[in-house]
Amino acid sequence: MTTSYNGKILRVNLTRGEVVPEKLDLNLAKKFIGGRGLGTKILLDEGVATVDPLSEENKLVYINGPMTGTNVPTGTRYMVVTKSPLTGMIASSNSGGIWGAKLKYAGWDAIIVEGKAKEPVYINIEDEKAEILPAKDYWGKTTETLIEEIHKIHPKASVLNIGPAGEKLSLIASIMNDTDRAAGRSGVGAVMGSKNLKAITVTASRSSIEPNDPTKLREVVSDCLKKIRENGVTSGGLPTYGTAVLINIVNNIGSLPTNNWQESYFDTADKISGETLKEEHLVKQGFCHRCPIGCGRVIDFKGRVIGGPEYEPIWAYGSNCGVDDLSAINEANYYCNEYGLDAISTPCTIAAAMELYQRGYITDDDCDGVPLIWGSSKAIVEWTKRMGEGSNQLAQLMAQGSYRLCQHYGVPEYSMSVKKQEMPAYDARGIQGIGITYATSNRGGCHVRGYMISPEVLGLPETLDRLTTEGKATWTKIFQDLTACIDSMGMCLFTSFALGAPEYAALLNAGTGTDYDADGLLEVGERIYNIERIFNKLAGMKAEDDRLPKRLTEEAIPAGPSKDEISKISVTLPDYYHVRGWVDAFPTTETLNRLGLDEEMLKEEALVE
Amino acid sequence: MIEVRLFASLRTGRDKIIKLDSNSFSVAGEVLKHLSIEAEEVAIYLINGRHSDLDAPIKDGDIIAIFPPVGGG
Repeated sequence: MTTSYNGKILRVNLTRGEVVPEKLDLNLAKKFIGGRGLGTKILLDEGVATVDPLSEENKLVYINGPMTGTNVPTGTRYMVVTKSPLTGMIASSNSGGIWGAKLKYAGWDAIIVEGKAKEPVYINIEDEKAEILPAKDYWGKTTETLIEEIHKIHPKASVLNIGPAGEKLSLIASIMNDTDRAAGRSGVGAVMGSKNLKAITVTASRSSIEPNDPTKLREVVSDCLKKIRENGVTSGGLPTYGTAVLINIVNNIGSLPTNNWQESYFDTADKISGETLKEEHLVKQGFCHRCPIGCGRVIDFKGRVIGGPEYEPIWAYGSNCGVDDLSAINEANYYCNEYGLDAISTPCTIAAAMELYQRGYITDDDCDGVPLIWGSSKAIVEWTKRMGEGSNQLAQLMAQGSYRLCQHYGVPEYSMSVKKQEMPAYDARGIQGIGITYATSNRGGCHVRGYMISPEVLGLPETLDRLTTEGKATWTKIFQDLTACIDSMGMCLFTSFALGAPEYAALLNAGTGTDYDADGLLEVGERIYNIERIFNKLAGMKAEDDRLPKRLTEEAIPAGPSKDEISKISVTLPDYYHVRGWVDAFPTTETLNRLGLDEEMLKEEALVE
Repeated sequence: MIEVRLFASLRTGRDKIIKLDSNSFSVAGEVLKHLSIEAEEVAIYLINGRHSDLDAPIKDGDIIAIFPPVGGG
């Protein structure tokens, strides 16, 4: 039967220097879809949950979804799934560009990388051919230079790479692809660095994927494109202003974290908004492969045209560091891409360092001439470079993320993180549902595991009162489960502004020959969310890891439109566990049985014994 | 006085911030009409940071923020 899976996985053992093609288990693929779901299942089955994340025993799964490479809108995305060195739990970092689609066109659904090379290497894939090649000359190179060098040898290759940050095992190192797209979160770049793997280059002769039912898929795609074109967000707001259009909205509800979450309203937010980015820096929209939306920003940067920042780094370098200088933010974001640093965790760690400086824990002697002062353009640019280079002691410490930085000074409470990963750009004191997402995200502080901002701030699909708790647990669960499906299918989450579970089920069915309805698809998402939680339990997660920083539960927002608000997570979390069928943060036997996770249950029982 | 803040495409041909006499308006929808903004163009309507509808009463000192359909992540 034709399906939009290739049916093939490439296993690369760097210790032995072997590349071995394997068959994809299509029954397993149906149960976990692909991407985030299937990647987690593979790692769980191969015993990765209990290994040291930076040891030879950890594995990296670069995995497409069944929609990757098809003509489905935004069908280009891949996931990097591994055990995170930042959180010690599951990492699944998602990226667009074209690399994922190229991997699919080359004939592979996934690459599993295991072991550790003796010296720096890269993996070169040209359709069926896969080889491990020396990368000694590439070690130390930043992204743009590296790609330039690689293109001299593989002129048509799409390049996935780490920068110097990943090589130096920064726990907030990203994996870059196609120059300015990033699988940014959870320190996945450090895992590549720990294996001496600098890059994966892919060249493909094909440029399409045959689905199970081409006629049906064309019909469903046409319907989806119509919905995307008719939706105000996907056809108006995002293409015109990019994701940073959120700056003014979130600030106007008093929930834009400012100065490391000490405040939540930034007086000069408009200077760093999507509107200002468009007026003063935008050259044109940026599109990932197969994307009809084009939220990317291609900007002018000192006379060059480069990929510009998203909402998250603009906030994190901006109000969260007290900076309203968009040119400096553009520059700092560029260095994140060049050095291969997570553009959320890096600026959030600088913000934490600024608070430590404010409180006297970090002194001028530590700062080598660039004091960590709120609002300093110079500080955000220079400290990003220093973190990427590991150029002084404090920068090396900061490159391990805000939790380890603040813990070093004995005040981990100034790290605005969950499970040691920095939280993103929405204050959960002023938006109650997103607090549940942060606290329960399997990969630590994250907004795109259940984007409650949609109903609580943007009014999509309907408006929920952002300050109340009632019903939020159920909404969060549905958003989390649907997101798990979208991430596993190889599509962009932004399509969900226009599409819902029925459309995703129809796309998946036409692509792969499954027969899911909307509820059936959501159940697959629930299965994926639960299997991630089992991975985390085996990895040593405790119930108390589902928590928000004390600042959110004990310090009310001091001023602005959400003045006096505080997180009510103590009310919403028990509701959430009830809705999920979990007790003390973990699924019950009954829940696992219902989701067909019997094998995983046995693994859990083995651990208890 | 009330302060009206406009964002994204609603700024085209209009100022970013407009101050209006509060005595001239009783509900939010009247402000839209005064600014020649169609209700269909508006997705988010905030009065003092709280989501409101067009029937919501307005009073002196209110800050009104108006957004077209926008999103991100």
